[in-house]
Amino acid sequence: MILVIAEQQNGKLNRASWEVIAAAQHLAGGAMPIKVAVAGQSVSAVAAELAQAAVAEVLTVESPALAVYTPDGFVQALQQVIAQVAPTYVFFSHTYQTRDFSPTLATRMDRALVTDVIAIRAVGGATAFARPMFQGKLVADVVPQGEGPFLISLQIGAYRADAAVKGSAAAPIAAASVSIDESKIRQKPEAPFQEAKQAVDLSQAERIVSVGRGIKTVENIAIAEQLAKAFGAELAASRPICDNGWLPMERQIGSSGQTVAPKLYVALGISGAMQHLVGMKGSRVIVAINKDADAPIFEVADYGIQGDLFELAPAIIAELQKG
Amino acid sequence: MKIAVCIKQVPTREWQPRLNDDKTWVRDQDVSYEMNEPDAYALEESLRLREKHGGEVVVCSAGPARVQQVIREALARGADRALHVEDDALGAADAFTAAAALAPAMAEQKFDLILTGLQSDDQGHAQFGPVLAEKLGIPHSTIIMEVQVTDTSLKVKRELEGGWFQHVTMALPALLTIQSGINQLRYATLKGIMAAKKKEITKVAAPAGLSPRLKVVAMSAPQKSKQTVMIGGSPSEAAKELVKRLREEARVL
Repeated sequence: MILVIAEQQNGKLNRASWEVIAAAQHLAGGAMPIKVAVAGQSVSAVAAELAQAAVAEVLTVESPALAVYTPDGFVQALQQVIAQVAPTYVFFSHTYQTRDFSPTLATRMDRALVTDVIAIRAVGGATAFARPMFQGKLVADVVPQGEGPFLISLQIGAYRADAAVKGSAAAPIAAASVSIDESKIRQKPEAPFQEAKQAVDLSQAERIVSVGRGIKTVENIAIAEQLAKAFGAELAASRPICDNGWLPMERQIGSSGQTVAPKLYVALGISGAMQHLVGMKGSRVIVAINKDADAPIFEVADYGIQGDLFELAPAIIAELQKG
Repeated sequence: MKIAVCIKQVPTREWQPRLNDDKTWVRDQDVSYEMNEPDAYALEESLRLREKHGGEVVVCSAGPARVQQVIREALARGADRALHVEDDALGAADAFTAAAALAPAMAEQKFDLILTGLQSDDQGHAQFGPVLAEKLGIPHSTIIMEVQVTDTSLKVKRELEGGWFQHVTMALPALLTIQSGINQLRYATLKGIMAAKKKEITKVAAPAGLSPRLKVVAMSAPQKSKQTVMIGGSPSEAAKELVKRLREEARVL
């Protein structure tokens, strides 16, 4: 049995939950039943949506104590659900929310947790979970140790949501009964907020030139700006550039910034950390310019140039201006 | 306030990994190391909190003797003393094992606040902080962009996805994982480096019976999800070829 923990916010299902269902179906291969659980205050609409999947059952995990996410509330609830379902694997999407509570859940259950998984494959007779290591320079096949259930979180985008198989009829929906001791919820959260209205909507840009650490200094940002202008593109950046204040946060691409899928994405001096890749790998054509031939950005690029961006950017600008 | 900051020594960003003979880990011999970047931000935040509220900052790290490099660096940047759980086997430890190694010695110290980076640049499990908090029986919050401390409680700004944030309050003692970019890092001064030489590093043996939670059975270079056309030649030749292909082949210009 695989138990998929779906994620919802204010009654809206996180699309990545479908990716997790696809991954579970891939591993199960029809030989292992799959159940999906979704936690919150009232999740019946989300459960009905999830019941379209070809799974054995959808479980609602409802409590007023789960109305607002807290790690302590979710750990209590999900530990009880896992004990009731007794699965071999528990699958999550590797979202910020999963990252917040799943290590606590695994520790409380004294079970192994494999995070950020990109593929599932048999290695030497064992089911191994492939995950990036060393900034994506390598992929490790990891086998969780000890007794199950094993907790597995899947990298967003690793499996395709549209690969999730729908059932011929809706799966049955049942309520899992959990009791949550609210006095043991130690975090008191407030309502989520946005810092400022996003003045630039990069998700609408047809072309984006994005700049990373390779640009070296704030003065050199002008080079990226000129390249963006020559391409008729919006300028964006990876996280370190915005952290340094070289470009505003609203121009940041990646898991903590915007997710984009333009016609053309030019990555200038971006090595391609996973947190960046999840924000741009849906782009139609990706160009990577980097001095390091092993930079992970080249794995998602359609066109790559290994070299010095300070020589290449002016050369590309000159070439574009030739018309 | 007694603040702990957990730091990890990781290979430098420039390091080109090579696999060991049985292709289950990297060759350690030629690695050059540095402080895990998110942990550097956690260190900076702990120094700022000490400057504001008083107390001490204790660097905690698990690993072989080589991790003293980053411990010394943290002391040079201003941490007061250090706790080193030393064991050669901890060099490649998973997050659960590293937390289990540090937990007993850290529990004795009764820290008010523990900070660490949100994940490591090497294994990147993003588990260590919450696991350690659970082992110490204290609350945690992750991916923190702002820390405010009052007498007995803590208000933090947690980063959510897609440009959203949330304030969370909890009692002390607590553990926070710090997001990169929360502050501007300071670097060690010559004076700091000299002072660090006199600072105390307490070495503790790893607790007995640690066993890994995750076993790496194979390691490989990532498979390309796309056929990448690598364009060579001089900068002007490469530029010409790229623009030609973008116009005629990809048709995106």
